[in-house]
Amino acid sequence: MPSSPLLQCIGLVATRGARPLPPYPDFRIDPADFLCIIGPNGSGKTTLLKLLLGLLPPTSGRIDLSPALRAGGIGYLPQQPPLRRDFPASVREVVLSGAQSRRGWRPFHSRADRADAARAMDRLGIADLARRPYRELSGGQRQRVLLARALCVPHPLLLLDEPLTGLDPDAASAFRTLLDAVHRDGTAVAMVTHDLEAARRPGRHLLRLGPDAAYERADAASPHPHRILPHQLCCHGDGARPPCDCPACHPEEAAP
Amino acid sequence: MDTLLGYLAFPFVQRALVAGTLIALCASLLGVPLVLRRLSFIGDGLSHVAFGAMAVAGALSFAGNLPLSLAATILVAILLLRRGPGGDRVRGDAALAMLSAGAMALGYLLMAVFPSSSNLSGDVCSTLFGSASILTLTPGETRTCAALALAVVACHLFAYHRTFETAFDEEYARASGHRSALADTLSAAVIAVVIVVSMRLVGALLVSALLVFPAVTAMRLCKSYRAVTLAAALLGTLGALAGLLAAILAGTPVGPTIVAVNLLLFAACSLAARLRG
Repeated sequence: MPSSPLLQCIGLVATRGARPLPPYPDFRIDPADFLCIIGPNGSGKTTLLKLLLGLLPPTSGRIDLSPALRAGGIGYLPQQPPLRRDFPASVREVVLSGAQSRRGWRPFHSRADRADAARAMDRLGIADLARRPYRELSGGQRQRVLLARALCVPHPLLLLDEPLTGLDPDAASAFRTLLDAVHRDGTAVAMVTHDLEAARRPGRHLLRLGPDAAYERADAASPHPHRILPHQLCCHGDGARPPCDCPACHPEEAAP
Repeated sequence: MDTLLGYLAFPFVQRALVAGTLIALCASLLGVPLVLRRLSFIGDGLSHVAFGAMAVAGALSFAGNLPLSLAATILVAILLLRRGPGGDRVRGDAALAMLSAGAMALGYLLMAVFPSSSNLSGDVCSTLFGSASILTLTPGETRTCAALALAVVACHLFAYHRTFETAFDEEYARASGHRSALADTLSAAVIAVVIVVSMRLVGALLVSALLVFPAVTAMRLCKSYRAVTLAAALLGTLGALAGLLAAILAGTPVGPTIVAVNLLLFAACSLAARLRG
């Protein structure tokens, strides 16, 4: 029996500006899933995250959130927000602001909020940056700070919007490792990405937006959701990968 | 020094100092998020609206013109800062320019047509530049100003983290559930209260200086939000106190003197920050 999904979208349609976007494929996110959302620019990837977060109302269709997700909330790592160059904020202040959903109308942070923020900074290896001004950090460090903000309070689901864009290769690989660790700890992850290498890793579910939108789940029998990946990534990209044998990619082999 | 002590013995001077420092304190606290959210010009526009509302109140010969200008400014602030359906916060800057110029023009027109005293240009000058109105506060007005200022400080403390979060990343704040229309309306109302009260200290044209200078100066010196907030509060109060005393001793107009002191503090702090590297 599949566990009940955290989130399920049915017949979802959004409008951006005056232009309606093509309908999103129906999809769901289960607890501890890793969903990669791919697609060309302008295909509505960021819009989808905003729909899930409730920042935008859908034009039609519905988003069902499980009671667990309603209670726990959604962690969110946006694309780096446009920030005044001289915005005064210490790393600690930014990470602690991740506790705002739990704080509600209370005017000040509780001891638990501060302890959680310290733990999130430890986990992401930025504890020594706590007193540094956010604006003086490198891109990779900022990305870690924003991830720490999203993880400050534990949420069942984490949404990321192109977290690797603008990071140098070392920072990007360090960030992938961190994200894997978060996922292993049982948090469901949905990530908008252009990084097809990440999308083709085993066990990752795929949601492709754009002209031929599709949703494909990985399972034990076919851990690579390769039908909707570009073909060369599935099999022959650099010759280093074992070719897959799925009938969708290789109709000539499937035919007896 | 003796002259200073002599002046300090006058109750009207004491009232001006109390009201002035409290007003400057709340204006400088509120200025930090306004500057960070790039809403500095809102303060300017709203003070012009408040000027127009005061003129209307004068023409209708209301006993006290504070309540009416307060109400009008709060209303306009809420309309200006209300979030549009697309999430845009401010109706274009042309609309704001038209609103402030229109309110100023109508205000002066009303004052000219229905003069409430024989000295029209003196009245206008005092309302625009706060030449002396802080020194003419009655005990009742002082209490009202002080109460409003303290209420603003309390509101600001209560909403301190929320204000930071909205200024730092508004979308994230909304995704975290901070989307209550009540909070937006309340913050617009607080801004309006500060502006109307600040007009008594420095006049309609100079209100934005009281909001913006301490925040920008503090940002030169400090790098965390909390430090900037504390430094702005300190600089704002200090500037107002020094400016008021200087104006009383030298007999200069109060509003411009306070702004000049703020300007001086800004220059000194910028220099210090540059020397420090």
